[in-house]
Amino acid sequence: MSEIRSRKKFNAGEFTLGVHSWLTYIFLYLPMAILVIFSFNKARINAVWTGFTFEWYKVLFNDTALAGALVNSLIVAFISTAIATVIGTLTAIAMYRYKFPGKGLFDSVLYMPIIVPDIVMGISLLSFYVFIRFTLGLVSIIIAHVAFNISFVALVVRARLHGYNKTLDEAAMDLGANPFQTFMKVTLPLILPGVVSAALIAFTLSFDDYLITSFVAGIGSTTLPIKVYSMMKFGVTPEINALSTLILFISMILILISQRLGA
Amino acid sequence: MKDFLLRYKSWGKEGKAGFLISPAFLWLLLFFLIPLGIIFVYSFCERGNYGGVNWNFTFENYKQVLNPVYLKTILYSFWIAILNTVICLLIGYPMAYYISTRKSTVFKNILLILVILPFWTDFLVRTYAWLVILREGGLINTILLQMGIIQEPLKLLFTDLAVIIGLVYGYLPFMILPLYASIEKLDPSLIEAAYDLGANGFNVFWKVILPLTSPGIIAGSILVFVPTLGAYITPDLLGGAKVMMIGNLIQQQFLKVKNWPFGSSLSFIVLIIVLALLIIYIKFGEPEVEK
Repeated sequence: MSEIRSRKKFNAGEFTLGVHSWLTYIFLYLPMAILVIFSFNKARINAVWTGFTFEWYKVLFNDTALAGALVNSLIVAFISTAIATVIGTLTAIAMYRYKFPGKGLFDSVLYMPIIVPDIVMGISLLSFYVFIRFTLGLVSIIIAHVAFNISFVALVVRARLHGYNKTLDEAAMDLGANPFQTFMKVTLPLILPGVVSAALIAFTLSFDDYLITSFVAGIGSTTLPIKVYSMMKFGVTPEINALSTLILFISMILILISQRLGA
Repeated sequence: MKDFLLRYKSWGKEGKAGFLISPAFLWLLLFFLIPLGIIFVYSFCERGNYGGVNWNFTFENYKQVLNPVYLKTILYSFWIAILNTVICLLIGYPMAYYISTRKSTVFKNILLILVILPFWTDFLVRTYAWLVILREGGLINTILLQMGIIQEPLKLLFTDLAVIIGLVYGYLPFMILPLYASIEKLDPSLIEAAYDLGANGFNVFWKVILPLTSPGIIAGSILVFVPTLGAYITPDLLGGAKVMMIGNLIQQQFLKVKNWPFGSSLSFIVLIIVLALLIIYIKFGEPEVEK
């Protein structure tokens, strides 16, 4: 009797859980869907559907200021991702393989950039650059992006290393490989999916960053998010809808590939 | 190169580890820890005339924090951060529970990916989407006007409500993922045992499930609370000039008012709170598997 009742109750609970979850998924995705739909809307001002158009995308592709910002963003994202991926991967390997004094403390410092609010990181870096009289530009942005991406790369690669068999490295060493050969021919190929997965996330984070970049960017080093933000502050336009749709699309593709590789 | 490799091989564990972590350590020391140190020093300096600082020691900046005008913004930010954390927890917990109790692995992974995607994708664009929906000529107002429910457009954008919606929307995935990780580890036999011993559904949840998933609750709450406390983009875009949080105040002090020492003291207060929470997280949050 009690078993039947509890099962019945469980099902009602199960149903409520399901409805709640699916409503939340709608909450998460509907706003993005609306944004995408309106980027194809002919109407310039109002939120009324007046017909399908590619017009706003055409406008985007002819905007040279936007193209300049995109090039800056790509330069920053590629270089900062490359540096952060190498440094972050080495760190993850060290943290996985070795115990050393001060490991716990270093671990906390390593993950601090993930949790410290962007605004604090942005103004502290700005103060630092001004203090040492470092000219703000693409280099100052790249340095900042590497600083937060090292932590993300280390985190993702380390998660991947959990299933890694240390004896493979030892076997390679026993067979006469030097540490560099062991890394290039044994360790790296095995953890490569994790490393690429981390690099894709680092690239997305760098490409999307507005707040930290806005503090450490100089004249002439406007990145795409800074340009987009200044456009958004003036209000909603179909061009921003189109641009946002493209950014959303690129981010999601990169994250999906990253997830597939990292799984 | 060969010499180096031979030498590397002869180093002990500490030496090898030190070599591998040194680039990260140096980078974080130079471009993360030292900048935070500079902020700390600035927060005890006097304000310079045209931005920058005068090197005279003072507590004035921390006293200024207690000025009612600024204190109001700080307390408001705390209130919003707590509110957002609670809302995300209430929405996120049942959802994480639902995802982790799916039987089919494929279905579970799809549900999970649908949370991971917004977790990593562009925060700015996701916030902007609400601008499209909430503004005066936006989707909600257009629909309500056309249906004849309202005659005048509602003031939805640039309100506290808009900021709350934006923050919940922005940070919900940060709550769900650690909760999922925690609930996923839950041993179902413990729940069965509790039922067998006569506990009702409420007691099973309150006395078994909730305590066992508390690491996820702590981790998720910190991951939502901290960035909300330092939020800048959401209050700026969806709150306009009407809603101000600590993040906006810091930005204003640095870039508009040019009072760097005061901006630094505000940042340092935020940093201290973050560090305190980080310590709580390390102690009570997700236990490390290795070590």
